Amino acid sequence: MPDLLAARSQMGTSLAFHILFALVGIGMPVLMVVAERRWLATGDEIYHELAQRWAKGTAILFAVGAVSGTVLSFELGLLWPGFMRFAGPIIGMPFSLEGFAFFMEAIFLGVYLYGWDRIPPRAHLFAGVLVAVSGAASGITVVVANAWMNTPTGFQVVNGVVTNVDPIAAMLNPAALSQTIHMTLAAYAATGLAVAGIHAFLLLKNPANAFHRRALAIALLVGGPAAVLQPISGDLAARQVARYQPAKLAAMEALFHTERGAPLVLGGWTDMESRTTRYALRIPYGLSLLAFHDPNAEVIGLDAIPRADWPNVQAVHWSFQIMVALGSYMALVALWAGWVTWGRGKREERRVLAENRWLLRALVAATPMGFIATEAGWMVTELGRQPWVIQGVMRTRDAVTPMPGLVVPFIMFTLLYCFLGVIVAWLLYRQIVRSPNVSESVWRFMTPRESGRWKRDAR
Amino acid sequence: MTLAELLAGIVVISLNAYVLLAGADFGGGVWDLLASGPRRKEQRDLVVEAIGPVWEANHVWLILAIVLLFSCFPAAFAHLSIRLHIPLSLALIGIVLRGSAFAFRSYGGQRDEVQRNWGLLFAIASVVTPVLLGMAVGAVAGGAIGEEGRGKSGAFLATYVTPWLSPFAIAVGVFALACFAFLAAVYLTLESDDPALQDDFRRRGIASGIAVMVAGIVALALSRGVAPSLQQGLLGAPWAPPLHLFTGAAALGSLAALWFRRWRWARIAAAGEVSLILWGWALAQYPYLVPPGYTIAGAAAPAITLKLALGALVLGGAVLFPSLYYLFHVFKGRGQSTTV
Repeated sequence: MPDLLAARSQMGTSLAFHILFALVGIGMPVLMVVAERRWLATGDEIYHELAQRWAKGTAILFAVGAVSGTVLSFELGLLWPGFMRFAGPIIGMPFSLEGFAFFMEAIFLGVYLYGWDRIPPRAHLFAGVLVAVSGAASGITVVVANAWMNTPTGFQVVNGVVTNVDPIAAMLNPAALSQTIHMTLAAYAATGLAVAGIHAFLLLKNPANAFHRRALAIALLVGGPAAVLQPISGDLAARQVARYQPAKLAAMEALFHTERGAPLVLGGWTDMESRTTRYALRIPYGLSLLAFHDPNAEVIGLDAIPRADWPNVQAVHWSFQIMVALGSYMALVALWAGWVTWGRGKREERRVLAENRWLLRALVAATPMGFIATEAGWMVTELGRQPWVIQGVMRTRDAVTPMPGLVVPFIMFTLLYCFLGVIVAWLLYRQIVRSPNVSESVWRFMTPRESGRWKRDAR
Repeated sequence: MTLAELLAGIVVISLNAYVLLAGADFGGGVWDLLASGPRRKEQRDLVVEAIGPVWEANHVWLILAIVLLFSCFPAAFAHLSIRLHIPLSLALIGIVLRGSAFAFRSYGGQRDEVQRNWGLLFAIASVVTPVLLGMAVGAVAGGAIGEEGRGKSGAFLATYVTPWLSPFAIAVGVFALACFAFLAAVYLTLESDDPALQDDFRRRGIASGIAVMVAGIVALALSRGVAPSLQQGLLGAPWAPPLHLFTGAAALGSLAALWFRRWRWARIAAAGEVSLILWGWALAQYPYLVPPGYTIAGAAAPAITLKLALGALVLGGAVLFPSLYYLFHVFKGRGQSTTV
């Protein structure tokens, strides 16, 4: 395996692994805070139990996310010293801010996890809010740095020397807004619908379970709106890509030839020899409409880009199709859930959700979709930028470390991540199958003393 | 003092915080591995209880140091990353395994023997990682990787392996481990109210405190010839005699405090001793970040980047320090009033 490919594979594997935990690290704190808030407001012990169980799951995922994020911050230099030497002064700022956001997240997660009996309830809830806020802030700053790689601003290169460095302008790069919105929504949608899917599955087996009913309602409250808004933010991101990264857009859409009134190409097999896409479904004027909101707008195809600067069209096109398809499904299911619960009280809402078996099945199907869609979306933005590491400025091959034998660390880290992935999946599975079992109709008529006993038994 | 020097100083401050806080968490793993005697289980439980709420926050000091290094001194960071690829990658694997194993043990809720296996992995990773990080520091301090331009050519072993596998670098690795174990033992005397358990860690503190001295002297002796600039600084500079005096006083003071069961004094002296050692290294290699090729001024980013980084540090610090105070106030505020 050539060193460049090994380095890219290692970076890709590390990112793909870390992103899953980053998503959950941003999304889960919101779920546990909502549950705790409801416990404080109603005194309903199931919400307390729910917040504690979610916190426990978050603790495992956050720990793995924190250490895999550490690996990434080192890998920026270990694998791409050329990139860091160039980009460090320009784009170090969001990483510094990320450092502090990560600090706050770690501090208040510690307070949250170990502070249940040590600090007042309101302070505890506030610690949870701070975890949620700093988790989102942490993700946003990292995505800002990535957006800069797509639309680099805030510096000039004069005779090969970087001058006029402006880190603020670099942070405010054109892709920053659309990418951060898209990624933050992805975190809430993916986490919310994944948790909803798990509890929907358990409700199919046991529709009366009061624990799962509450969990499902909260998960949908967090994931549903984000899933519905995600296509809109995707539109914003795509128009931004059309303007600043025509090669990426052309690869996403498998558009080989520049044309006006370009069609939207769905699916299909790209043939690089003949520069065509076969067996695809074409929607006339679709791409021009989506990319520029004008059916006759000209969309730049790959023919306008030097062949050496093409990304891997097949991979980018299909990743994009997967992301859009899964995202659309999630938005539709979220709309459906919103439709059946609209205007109902909380108890009524839980009941209609638990009794709508087709909706539950649709939610179960959506469980992994947010994560797959996010991974696919990252494939689009990262593979779609190749062969550049900084769009139009630095090629990936010029950024890689001179250290030989990079296939060895690639294999080592891949094995490490496989091992951790299996363990985490197993631990979460164990935690989920041990969910407490109490029927909604019984729970409603329990005295405080009985509910306290139930809580002890549930551990 | 220039802005670049100030920021280099802040990098050392974050490393100092990392050593005193996360270092002690690593040291906790050492005592988990070496737990023995009739209170073996209690010793391990105390370690878990002590580091549980704080280890993730403590770990972030390393991230802060790295982030500051790559935004403010990108050339030095890139160079370090190339030449220390192997020990840093191995240390990362250690960091990942230690953190994950600790989380799996704490929140996995499994049977005892499974938990014990996670505990073992946590303990081994806690021992190996500091040695690797120390070896990387040894390679830097020894001036073994600082020459500019190397890396593209040159033999693989000479470029990527021998600099951090020298006797001096290995001695620094062992020294780092001894320091971390020492800090952990001293801190742990304050974490328990049980006199027997406190005495367990008192003995461990005294033993590891002596190990720190021995390892330090061995490392200094081995630096002859391989780390001339370091030796020159540590032995010849005007600030050297008082530094050694204070370090020696702190070392003996911490042992005396342990002997007389003055746990809080022991903690202050131990933290002081290890901090002075770290600053001794930093001062000895001033004005170099990575001797002999990269100075603070030579590797510094443009002034605007440094100014903004300082601004971010001030703003971040304004939020960070009250939060850290709160964290330690909530979890480390007990068991202390009874001793002293």
